[in-house]
Amino acid sequence: MIELYESQRAMRALRKAAIQRGVVAVLDVGTSKISCLVLRFDGTDQFTEAEEVGRMAGQAGFRVIGAATTRSRGVRFGEIDAMVEAERAIRTAVQAAQKMAGIRVDHVIACFSGAGPRSYGLAGSVDIDGQTVTEHDVSRVLSACDVPEIGDGREVLHAQPVNFALDHRSGLIDPRGRTGARLATDMHMVTVEADAIQNLAHCVRRCDLDLAGVANSAYVSGVSALVEDEQELGAACIDLGGGSSSLSIFVRKHMIYADAVRIGGDHVTGDISMGLQVPKDTAERIKTFHGGVVATGIDDRDMIETGGETGDYEHDRRRISRAELIGIMRPRVEEILEEVRARLDAAGFDHLPSQQIVLTGGGSQIPGLDGLASRILGQNVRLGRPLRVHGLPQAATGPAFASAVGMCLFAANPQDEWWDFEVPVDRYPVRSLRRAVKWFKDNW
Amino acid sequence: MRPVIARTDPAPSRLRYRLERMRLTPSYHRLLRLGLPLMLIAGGVGGYLADEARRTALLDRVAEIRRQIETRPEFMVNLLSLDGASPEVAAEIHDIFPRDLPASSFDLDLPAIRDAIEGLPAVAEAALRIRQGGVLAVTITERTPVALWRTRDGIAVLDPGGTRIATIGRRGLRPGLPVLAGDGADRAVPEALEILAAAEAIAQPVRGLVRMGERRWDLVLGDGKRILLPETAPVRALERVIALDAASDLLARDLVRIDMRLGTRPTVRLSAAADEEWWRIMNAAGVPGISSGAERQ
Repeated sequence: MIELYESQRAMRALRKAAIQRGVVAVLDVGTSKISCLVLRFDGTDQFTEAEEVGRMAGQAGFRVIGAATTRSRGVRFGEIDAMVEAERAIRTAVQAAQKMAGIRVDHVIACFSGAGPRSYGLAGSVDIDGQTVTEHDVSRVLSACDVPEIGDGREVLHAQPVNFALDHRSGLIDPRGRTGARLATDMHMVTVEADAIQNLAHCVRRCDLDLAGVANSAYVSGVSALVEDEQELGAACIDLGGGSSSLSIFVRKHMIYADAVRIGGDHVTGDISMGLQVPKDTAERIKTFHGGVVATGIDDRDMIETGGETGDYEHDRRRISRAELIGIMRPRVEEILEEVRARLDAAGFDHLPSQQIVLTGGGSQIPGLDGLASRILGQNVRLGRPLRVHGLPQAATGPAFASAVGMCLFAANPQDEWWDFEVPVDRYPVRSLRRAVKWFKDNW
Repeated sequence: MRPVIARTDPAPSRLRYRLERMRLTPSYHRLLRLGLPLMLIAGGVGGYLADEARRTALLDRVAEIRRQIETRPEFMVNLLSLDGASPEVAAEIHDIFPRDLPASSFDLDLPAIRDAIEGLPAVAEAALRIRQGGVLAVTITERTPVALWRTRDGIAVLDPGGTRIATIGRRGLRPGLPVLAGDGADRAVPEALEILAAAEAIAQPVRGLVRMGERRWDLVLGDGKRILLPETAPVRALERVIALDAASDLLARDLVRIDMRLGTRPTVRLSAAADEEWWRIMNAAGVPGISSGAERQ
């Protein structure tokens, strides 16, 4: 795990440097759109490491000064699929955002939804050294967590301590300075495929930018779309994206579960395209203008022109009823929600005290979705929009920008991660000790 | 019909992207906004001034404009007004004034002029000011003459600090001032003035004070009597003499010196005639055990 420490700590240092300099960009690499926001940190409140996520009042320190969205290319299922295409799309978004901000950005924090995120719960405990818990004890207990076999070619994206327990007292946010004998922690770890991070890093580097942080979009959408009490009492945020639908469960202001379903709005569009024999662009337009999931009597008489450019009059002048469109869309949306339901059940969401479910992401704008979702997922469903942040243009306030806005909050108030604590000395590899000894020998 | 032209790629090329990023760099921005105009101006000015003839012409023009401004009537000083100076001192100041009037006030170096005026022995202090209307107003505080000092070189007029203000040919030119004599008299003028003030009480005219050995004073009276005053507290000694005079009419007697140098033993010396007379009276009275100095000779 040491090399992970290194890269994540390097990114954390870059992020800190960028925030010190005042300008950082956040990049949401999605399947249907890539959006880039440029943030200016005015330094009114200092960047503190110990801030918890979910402190809604803590976002006064930054302002969005540039925002741009472009159609995504080369991204499938929330992971980069065609490097050159994706790089060009990122470049387009970054350049437009830079132009609006009027300043050059060098550091970018990116998020993506795909790459098969998997959640692990880790537990560890140690006897503390002295009377009271010190920072050193915290890092020791974090290091004492048993790391499960995460599989080849996977990398840890998040590793957040969500709970500390001191002797028999559990639910501590910050155990430092408390008296006790045995410190235990629960940690939540999210792993993704390493290739996806590598591809993203490569694309960002090709755009002359430094990658100063990576986040899972399920996590950051939860940060922005859930309100504070939902994060505290327990809620699931379902981000219905283009290529994948990601879900995250929050309780006590910490994410405790993240997962993604590899079906999304693009599949709905594909169904419409196949079912109505229209091009993808037309299908997307029909979906956004006329789509829905609950058919009523009037929908039979609501005729939609499909249009077309084949030159065949009969084909180009077809009209379909909205009920037909709903008939195509509904099964796929149901499938997505069923799949999400299965993941929530697997995560044990029904054991949480609160069963709030928040739908966000571009797919949540389908009319009638909340009714359908409450039948599949449970009664407490609402549609979530991202938090308001300073300077965000009106066009970027919709639910499709939940993860982009969540990235802003993530940049401003980062959650404590495993690698933010010092590595305990006994965990340093022997090699580096030997190197230190050699250095002494060489120099004296 | 399907349009023939393919949809253009909205993505900027790598080169355009990099150029755009360079343009948005703050330092580049500053360079473009501030550095480039400055460089252009500096280059233009430098190119223009590279020619020697142009440079001299420019300097000449500047000097000409400067001269024109300096010689405007508003800046000219036409008149020297002296305040508080006696005619002799005024004449001297006119002599040493370094510039011919009218002159531009830019050319007048007032501190230097003040130093020159204060360098005159008769001037204690000078204040210079250029008043409106082109008048250089000089307010002079002269040194007050308090005593004359007769030396081998002539008679000097001294102020209370002992500074030599002027030299006069005859003592009769300043009859009001007391006369001092002897080496180092100028260094003890205040003491001399105190003694003279105390000597007002003596009925006889005072001729002057003689500094003896640069440490004490002799008061010389009009009939040639000398009162030898001690180094310390001479005024008190003089007051004792005056008291003796009041009590026993000391100064009216035929004495040459009254020696007050030893406070416990004032001594007098008789004149030769008085001495003879004294011995005659003593011998006639037949006082035994007293012998005169004349007999011993």
